[in-house]
Amino acid sequence: MLNAMIVEPQDNVVVAIEPIKKGDTVTYKCAGEEKTLTALEDITIYHKLAACDIAKGQPISKYGEHIGLAARDIKAGEHVHCHNLEEHRENLDSKG
Amino acid sequence: MNFYGYKRPDGRVGVRNKVLILPASVCASDTTRIIAQQVVGSVTFNNQLGCSQVASDQQFTMDVMAGYAANPNVYGTVVVSLGCENCQMDLVVEAIKERTNKPLKQVIIQEAGGTLKAIDQAVRYAKEMVEEASLLQKEAFPMSELIIGTECGGSDPTSGLAANPLIGKLSDLIVAEGGTSILSETTEFIGAEHLLARRAATPEVHDRIFEIVHRYEAALRLVGEEVREGNPSPGNKAGGLTCLEEKSLGCIHKGGHTSVNAVYDYAKQVEAKQGLVIMDTPGNDPSSVAGMVAGGAQIVVFSTGRGTPTGNPLAPVIKITGNRITYANMVDNIDVDASPVIYGTKTLDELGEELLKLTQEVACGKQTKAESLGYTEMAIARVCNFV
Repeated sequence: MLNAMIVEPQDNVVVAIEPIKKGDTVTYKCAGEEKTLTALEDITIYHKLAACDIAKGQPISKYGEHIGLAARDIKAGEHVHCHNLEEHRENLDSKG
Repeated sequence: MNFYGYKRPDGRVGVRNKVLILPASVCASDTTRIIAQQVVGSVTFNNQLGCSQVASDQQFTMDVMAGYAANPNVYGTVVVSLGCENCQMDLVVEAIKERTNKPLKQVIIQEAGGTLKAIDQAVRYAKEMVEEASLLQKEAFPMSELIIGTECGGSDPTSGLAANPLIGKLSDLIVAEGGTSILSETTEFIGAEHLLARRAATPEVHDRIFEIVHRYEAALRLVGEEVREGNPSPGNKAGGLTCLEEKSLGCIHKGGHTSVNAVYDYAKQVEAKQGLVIMDTPGNDPSSVAGMVAGGAQIVVFSTGRGTPTGNPLAPVIKITGNRITYANMVDNIDVDASPVIYGTKTLDELGEELLKLTQEVACGKQTKAESLGYTEMAIARVCNFV
């Protein structure tokens, strides 16, 4: 059963669409293909978890866009939220 | 597609037929409350401003007052002022007349001789206006006469995944009908402004989108604050929104996929049949909605993740959530469940058609949950502290 979703295929976080427990298999569809990973901790419904390992300082992407930077190394299956995402205001003028 | 609405003498079309008791300042607001309680069919709101404001701050207040009187859901307006406030009666009346030629009466409390005499005068004016309004018959008009205000409040991640994309679908459908959709909440473009700018119809609109975002951030820095300090809110974060960029990328889905054809300043009058436009408003819900209603929006479509009862004195507010738990928990407040988008049990296209139908029904008079529960709270955007 699908219990997560990814907004854009290039995102490195997925969104829990069911309550997820530590050790649960997280299943989501990415570009038509079913993908799985293991939750490393409990994830509240609609919160984010890392789809892959994200090194400290790397951008965190959702909606295909940067939403912030990894404040520390984040492992696939970890909860991604205020404790490990550093807010970062990008200058987007040249991207418009 | 048509709806049945009320033709106004200024050419616009309302979906409700209310008499507005307009307080020109905080000092007239308790008086207008008493007046509106006495006259069924009239509405008012608590205006906390109208005096002791610098010019740019007062302009926001004036534009909301004039825009409320001109909103096509209003048959006519009784303005009530104290008499000594900065938003003087003649200024308010002049600002209203610049926007509309609808029925207008004035009561100044200090000149009337105090509370009881002012209430007596205003109740008689309002009662007469309600009687006139009640004789008006609805006529059929095309959906292109509609200006839809879009808003999100108490957001969570489902807002960006389901409820806002559904509002975006409605926006696209309204634009296809030849109508107007307003995307608002400048603070919640931050981190997503480039995506909107790419959809600008002209280079001027492109530059204005960046300008309003940068201006908002700069204005807060002038008082030593950062926009992201209170945004996302504690509730947004508890729901799973981590940062402003994430919230913004979800927020802008309300604008659908059509080109951005204009950028309006706060509470300025929006022309009909414009397609998708932006209004420069705060992320704060009641003041953002007030700006769009002052701009002429007859209906507001409002997404929420955490759930909110919010309404508006003039415009019906259609509440939508993408969070199935919130929908079950606050079903008395929320009109539409968009969560099937997330769980794949309905497509966005199917839900979009349903929402267009509901919008047509609300335009024809169907009460939204916020209306039937009597929610009318609102606020007006500020530039700075009182003087």
